Amino acid sequence: MADIQLKDLVKSYGPTEVLHHIEGDIKDGEFIVIVGPSGCGKSTLLRMIAGLETVTSGEIAIGGKRVNELEPASRDIAMVFQNYALYPHMSVRENMAYGLKIRKLSKEEINRRVEEAAEILEIKQYLDRKPRQLSGGQRQRVAMGRAIVRDPQVFLFDEPLSNLDAKLRVQMRLEIRKLQQSLGVTSIYVTHDQVEAMTLGDRLMVLNGGYVEQFGTPIELYDRPASVFVAGFIGSPAMNFLPAEVQNGQALLPGGAQVPVMGQHSGQATFGIRPEHLQADEAGPIAIQIDMLEQLGANTLLHGRLQGTDHTLVASVPGHAIDAPGTLRRFAVPAERSHLFDATSGKRLAD
Amino acid sequence: MVENRPFATFLTHLVLVLGVIAIALPVWITFVAATHDPLRMGQAPLPMWPGDHFLTNMKQTLFGSGLSGTEGAPVWLMLLNSLAMALMISTGKIIISLLSAFAIVYFKFPFRMTFFWMIFITLMLPVEVRILPTFEVVADLGMLNSYWGLSVPLIASATATFMFRQVFLTVPDEMLESARIDGAGPLRFFFDILLPLSRTNIAALFVILFIYGWNQYLWPLLITTDTSMTTIVMSIKQMLEAAEQSPQWNIIMATALLAMIPPVFVVIAMQKLFVQGLTETDK
Repeated sequence: MADIQLKDLVKSYGPTEVLHHIEGDIKDGEFIVIVGPSGCGKSTLLRMIAGLETVTSGEIAIGGKRVNELEPASRDIAMVFQNYALYPHMSVRENMAYGLKIRKLSKEEINRRVEEAAEILEIKQYLDRKPRQLSGGQRQRVAMGRAIVRDPQVFLFDEPLSNLDAKLRVQMRLEIRKLQQSLGVTSIYVTHDQVEAMTLGDRLMVLNGGYVEQFGTPIELYDRPASVFVAGFIGSPAMNFLPAEVQNGQALLPGGAQVPVMGQHSGQATFGIRPEHLQADEAGPIAIQIDMLEQLGANTLLHGRLQGTDHTLVASVPGHAIDAPGTLRRFAVPAERSHLFDATSGKRLAD
Repeated sequence: MVENRPFATFLTHLVLVLGVIAIALPVWITFVAATHDPLRMGQAPLPMWPGDHFLTNMKQTLFGSGLSGTEGAPVWLMLLNSLAMALMISTGKIIISLLSAFAIVYFKFPFRMTFFWMIFITLMLPVEVRILPTFEVVADLGMLNSYWGLSVPLIASATATFMFRQVFLTVPDEMLESARIDGAGPLRFFFDILLPLSRTNIAALFVILFIYGWNQYLWPLLITTDTSMTTIVMSIKQMLEAAEQSPQWNIIMATALLAMIPPVFVVIAMQKLFVQGLTETDK
């Protein structure tokens, strides 16, 4: 068990800086998810923490101890890879025991730990099989088992579920969460899937282009996104954005609609509203000309355009809707549910 | 391609049968010749069915001085020499190529690619091209008429290095990273992970290199002057030219037959791994 500090962390490949001054304090036992689009540097950050990539400048400390110069093996971490990276010529048991054997643990101790981990992960009956005789989900468990037996201070997960099918992914997601909670080991998990991030993490670090956009709890990120990027990335379907002119607590939207907003800001801004926060209201200010419906069963997504403009909008209404394309529907916007961002920098404007 | 056309089936079989005959007939004649007495072998026409002198011929070939009237080494010694040479060449080549490929793929050092291309360029320098300087070096080192002299100059192998490099490149990076996290150093990684993963490739290469070593002719001919060091492949040719007598075909053919056995044995024993090693890409 240990806390992790990232201080002013920079990674460059030659003259190109790919990670810019990352700061982060991770508490003991926390489950942190690093999330972002592909190429944002999230895997690089994880691999730096693991010791598989060198640190250009800044410091990584695990349990208060600087680990920049330590080999991965001496950092007391365990990592689960995207493609599992199991040794194909070793049985499941040997795969799990390999690291312990190198650390020269006694045979009984190794056996005890492997059996214990196999018990937790329910892979006892596969211990003598080779990885190629296992299904994707089972291999995933073995990879986790290999991490658990080491009894590390930190678990690192590099998109461990992206090779599984959708159903198994949901199931493994829950299992990883449960496992982490019962073991209480500090974990860092990298994913590009925002649902995975929201459901797993105690806190989320949203990375974009090598910058930390926001670092907070899933609810913070959802309720008060720090930038247009976070607002668009967290939540599904994504938030609607419209250019707006703000004055006296009112935002003037394209096409002439006026909606109330919070805060004292005035001038150009980007107005944001989540599809699920648009409230159907016959007298509402926002009129959407519907182009297409997406029936999800529990709710219906209405895809359309703001009346009189080309700005696309998505609204989510509960239950089934049967509006024909071309129908006009009106929506109200509660001021406390709307978001304002700076028109140029994309940063959130103070409420 | 599965087709149901009788004529095509007939044609393909015909081609295959002709191919088998072309390859098997000389072997059959060799065998038949090794079963007759020298007198019968001197007469026309060539016998096509086995005679009854197989065991006596074999005995004379293996343990006698080979050809009567010459001071050649007994064939069992030649077989042993050939075997030692082929084994030393093939294992030596495999060890050296594994190590150099390991260095080139997994270590970053200055002029890495330069070294790789230098090794690669030696493909253009087989023994036949560099035979005089190589002979000079081996003679100066006092390795004439020795197993070392027979094998060492043939051991460095660009082909095998290149092949192992390609094999190592197919091993996913995560395997190395996972081993690093497990605490395995370079040597442990090499022996515990890399070697078992290239097992089939090593076997395939061993078959090819063993036959390469077994079939060496020019180099042993050049550096062995002592009859106790002659290899079997070169001695067959020498038997044909044995001084002042007509060739003793029964003995020569028995020797040829014996010379064929070890390569055939190696191929059959390693056939499964050999095929896997050349076709399997799943790591």
